[in-house]
Amino acid sequence: MLEDTVPLSHYLMLSATLFVIGIVGVLIRRNVIVVFMSIEVMLNAVNISLIAFDNYMNLSSGQIFSFMVMCVAAAEVSVGLAIIISMHRNKPTVNLDEFNLLKW
Amino acid sequence: MELLIFYPLAGFCVVLALGVVFNNSPAGSAISLIGMMLGLAGIFILQQAHFIAILQIIIYAGAIMVLFMFVIMLLNLKKGDDTGWISRDRNLLLSVLTGLLAVGILYKISDVIFTRKMDTPAILPDSFGTVANIGETLFTDFVLPFEVASILLLAAMVGAVVLAKTKLD
Repeated sequence: MLEDTVPLSHYLMLSATLFVIGIVGVLIRRNVIVVFMSIEVMLNAVNISLIAFDNYMNLSSGQIFSFMVMCVAAAEVSVGLAIIISMHRNKPTVNLDEFNLLKW
Repeated sequence: MELLIFYPLAGFCVVLALGVVFNNSPAGSAISLIGMMLGLAGIFILQQAHFIAILQIIIYAGAIMVLFMFVIMLLNLKKGDDTGWISRDRNLLLSVLTGLLAVGILYKISDVIFTRKMDTPAILPDSFGTVANIGETLFTDFVLPFEVASILLLAAMVGAVVLAKTKLD
């Protein structure tokens, strides 16, 4: 009874699930590194749906888009981790709640 | 047949993504994330995007996660360094609200996905997802974004060096 190919909706559902897991991670965790990793999970979730639509409509622009997402993720990770290191040098903690200098 | 490969892979990815969020030690989270990215590479192969699958393994599981592991080792993070999110005041209310938000988003997205009829996929040529095909699109329609991406990566590299230096001289 199994169909031949995976329907588009399954890929989109997987993408949505991973994206929501990433959002939950950003909202409930307070460790800087883990929040950062949750952002990576969200970026990857978006890549799944870009490529799923690409596969569904026989395009290649979605794959270029996910390539660009990877570029931006690499840039973001290198700068973000450098910021985390320099923050850790000023205040030796990784708890986001303690970085409240800009909070009113 | 494809579904038989898809469901275990998707379940693997979701379990490991949950592992990223709910693991106590940051190193455990990073290892779960590496596993999730390898699983996603499998899903990309299932969608015949071979080039992106290889890039996923090389860039994400290889480069980015090694950077994460370096920083975790550099900061010497240990298990249970952030117990703050359990013991904080108002955390129960926040958790309930977050859970409601998550379930609400998931419900809305699945509602949209499953009410649209999307069951007429295009016929894929053999060249779909190959390096030649992607490269042709990248260097004809997307030359400008490609060049801008190179400038972005250069700026990120310089920025990372400047930010992580101990003393500017």
